[in-house]
Amino acid sequence: MIMETRSSVPINNEWDIVQARQLGRQISREMGFGHVDQARITTAISELARNIYLYANNGEITIEPIVNLGKKGLKITSRDKGPGIKDIRLVMQDGYTTSGGLGAGLPGVKRLMDIFKIDSTLEKGTNIVAIKWLR
Amino acid sequence: MPKVVIKYIKDKRKEINEAWMRKMAEELPEFPNYRAPNQNLSNANDNFVDVIYTYLLNIENTDDVRDFIKKIMKLEVPINYLSIGLQVFRRVVMEVIKRSEKDPENLLELYEHTDRVVEPIFNQLIKDTTETWERTISIQKSELLELSAPLIPILDRISVMPLVGTIDTERAKLIMENLLQGVIDHHAEVVLIDITGVPVVDTMVAHHIIQASEAVRLVGSKCILVGIRPEIAQTIVNLGIELDQFPTKSSLQRGIEEALKITERKVITITEGNGKQ
Repeated sequence: MIMETRSSVPINNEWDIVQARQLGRQISREMGFGHVDQARITTAISELARNIYLYANNGEITIEPIVNLGKKGLKITSRDKGPGIKDIRLVMQDGYTTSGGLGAGLPGVKRLMDIFKIDSTLEKGTNIVAIKWLR
Repeated sequence: MPKVVIKYIKDKRKEINEAWMRKMAEELPEFPNYRAPNQNLSNANDNFVDVIYTYLLNIENTDDVRDFIKKIMKLEVPINYLSIGLQVFRRVVMEVIKRSEKDPENLLELYEHTDRVVEPIFNQLIKDTTETWERTISIQKSELLELSAPLIPILDRISVMPLVGTIDTERAKLIMENLLQGVIDHHAEVVLIDITGVPVVDTMVAHHIIQASEAVRLVGSKCILVGIRPEIAQTIVNLGIELDQFPTKSSLQRGIEEALKITERKVITITEGNGKQ
């Protein structure tokens, strides 16, 4: 597999979430991630894609293998032009939810992955980057 | 009305036919080699134009476009062959007309008429094919929904709901409904929800399962979650989902043992020829 491969899935409905995580599972399997990390990656993609669908209606999930100082990893980027997040500290707290869910989505993704960066501007959208290193 | 055009099409049949075949080969290089199922090559291509002819020549008395489309669909050629075929047909007819009609005003009118001859076929073709697809999809969807959350009574007062595949909002609703209805219909005291076949358990799926089990508790029964694969167990912990209110077992078998215990029963082995226990 070529390391420059980059795949994007537009998220417009619930079935796109399934497509995004199937792609994530396929790429992580090809890269040699173990069962547990595959499940972590797919679950993280599922959470990010669902957030796009729930709060921004549409956006995009990009999945790309990366190399950093000889370390291989999988980078997931979630982009949307939705309402943005007012208080990032608040949404990163366990149990905080505005949709009646469990409120474990974003903090959960942070725990599932190795690197987690969130960048959000009100009325402009949200950008999340999450990386899992291959051990 | 477009009778003049139809007369053109009728009179120049051979010419149109040949030009159509030639143009189709240009548009779709693979077309001359295309073989429709159960038909030989020339047959399929001839049939397409033939069917158009049959329709056009009878348009005055029948003008049943639907019938015509049905015949076309029976040819079992890919839909883009049909749409390109019709477009090429229109272009070929226009060229034939252009060659014999010199008066620009007449020509424009004849072009318009040609459009009016081909357009209803086109519209009906698109309408019929999309309707067929939509019907197929909706049938499949309802069949899928019927299969998606079955509650199976396995023993007196014990039922199992095996879940296979992705859980979306619609399905989650159905799971809840079937659980509650089934608990009441089968007088189940214990319901085992088996998630062995669920590929991803994210917060939404967990949330729906927790809600469903809470609803089951409210009607006086008990839910046990079984079939949690090791990797799923780890992601659930990572996500920080608390399932401590929720009895769980690794496998369906352990779940059934637990369910028997709750309903105060157990499985015993009867040894042959040994009366005593």
